[in-house]
Amino acid sequence: MAYTDKVIDHFENPRNMGSLDKNSDDVGTGIVGAPECGDVMKLQIQVEGEKIVDAKFKTFGCGSAIASSSLATEWLKGMTLTEANDLKNTAIVEELSLPPVKIHCSVLAEEAIKSAIEDFQSKKKQD
Amino acid sequence: MQTPDMQGEIVTSTSTEGTPSTAATARVVYLDNYSTTRTDPRVVEAMLPYFSEEYGNAHSRSHPYGWGAENGVDTAREQVAALIGCKAGEIIFTSGGTESCNLAVKGVAAMYAEKGKHIVTSAIEHRAVMDPIRSLERNGYEASYIPVDQTGIVDHEAFVASLRDDTILVSMIFGNNEVGTIQDVAKMGAVCKERGIIFHVDACTGLDTETLDVDAAGIDILSISGHKIYGPKGVGALYVRRRRPRVRLTPLLDGGGQERGMRHGTLNVPGIVGLGKAAELCVEQRDAERARLTALRDKMFAAFEALEEVYLNGHPTQRLPGALNVSFNFVEGESLMMGMKGICVSSGSACTSATLEPSHVMRALGVGEDLVHTSIRFSLGRFTTEDDVDEAIARCSDSALKLRDMSPLWEMFKEGIDLNAIEWKHD
Repeated sequence: MAYTDKVIDHFENPRNMGSLDKNSDDVGTGIVGAPECGDVMKLQIQVEGEKIVDAKFKTFGCGSAIASSSLATEWLKGMTLTEANDLKNTAIVEELSLPPVKIHCSVLAEEAIKSAIEDFQSKKKQD
Repeated sequence: MQTPDMQGEIVTSTSTEGTPSTAATARVVYLDNYSTTRTDPRVVEAMLPYFSEEYGNAHSRSHPYGWGAENGVDTAREQVAALIGCKAGEIIFTSGGTESCNLAVKGVAAMYAEKGKHIVTSAIEHRAVMDPIRSLERNGYEASYIPVDQTGIVDHEAFVASLRDDTILVSMIFGNNEVGTIQDVAKMGAVCKERGIIFHVDACTGLDTETLDVDAAGIDILSISGHKIYGPKGVGALYVRRRRPRVRLTPLLDGGGQERGMRHGTLNVPGIVGLGKAAELCVEQRDAERARLTALRDKMFAAFEALEEVYLNGHPTQRLPGALNVSFNFVEGESLMMGMKGICVSSGSACTSATLEPSHVMRALGVGEDLVHTSIRFSLGRFTTEDDVDEAIARCSDSALKLRDMSPLWEMFKEGIDLNAIEWKHD
């Protein structure tokens, strides 16, 4: 399968790969996918006020899945939570020129973002 | 590096002539020999005269062009027969492994339908056997798929128990193309002989290194593929037993009466000559190649095993020498292939297949879905050198370590989290 240059670039030079402290109140963690499906994405955001100041990912999956999550973290930094919640998988598909069989990778990234925001907000509610 | 005693002056294996090159920095290493092999240059040389000099139809009996082509075909028939210990008159030439397997399965089913409509096979057949049997099932035949253990060996008791009075065919893969496990076909052949059931063996993968004798193993029909044994693509052979018992097959195509009426159509003379030469070279080299490839393959696995959480798929020893199917736990197979740029391999990961379905073979072995997604098949062959293997070890290990760093599953595993206890959100 031929990959686009952008996918290869994110795969070879992943942005924001790593982990934030999942126990911190300022950090929201989203883990989506399943090992038996061949895709697991962990996406974390660090929030100050309404703003995402940092984002990290770790992904088990194909090159497109890695690239989708890497790109997502790049975009998330500096966004407000509302803006992040509005991020659509189709924007990722377009930016990386993902073929139809790889669209689920971008869907997973969108789900991971929403799941991380949810986690952050549920922590805030408990305070 | 040279591979001694094999190519003579013709080939040095690191020659990259005709090999597609990617980045200037990364040498391309071909370790996908169970997908297809490079046509041996000695095979190409043998074929060349049959394109533009001896270009006759092997069935033209009235002029020298026909006789020349016929001579080429006759020699090839002898060479292929010598590979499996049969008579030249028992070899039929086809367009490849898929046609051979289809002709065997459907040809027996149609010819012996009055005797019965039950077929026995394994759960780990190549689709060239599995799909024709499935097609027969849709047309009134019944099939039993014998399970295998976790190393890929067919359950012999279940096999014997599955045979019925109306069983007309047993079709069994010899060396499995995905994991390399070799079946004890002689043991099954003996049972078939005793019960008077026709025994077809799909030997498309493995005859370049393994010795298989159709009489000793009680085989009635055997499929051979050209391009899996360093011959050309688009040509194959089928052994069809002539005596004790005389096996007959209903042809797939109707036509000019060639190949004892079982495979009509003008013979692919250059391809057949190439297959013959390929078979001859296999006989010459199989024992030495078996030893050489086993050592290279084991060296590779030993290096991978030094990483944690690496598992071999297939039988530890009763396995084709070129086969190394490995699961690198917590690293998805397609990304691993992408990471070890320039190392040409296959993956059991669903992501790489057209259907997005994980392999039925891995499933039959009971390899967990999570591990199937992390599997890579390396398949070594005649032109694989030790340098190739070292290069693959280095690039694959490096890539696996980098991807584990990136893997949330590896992180959880290292934190002592039980991944099976997690409720995953399926998409």
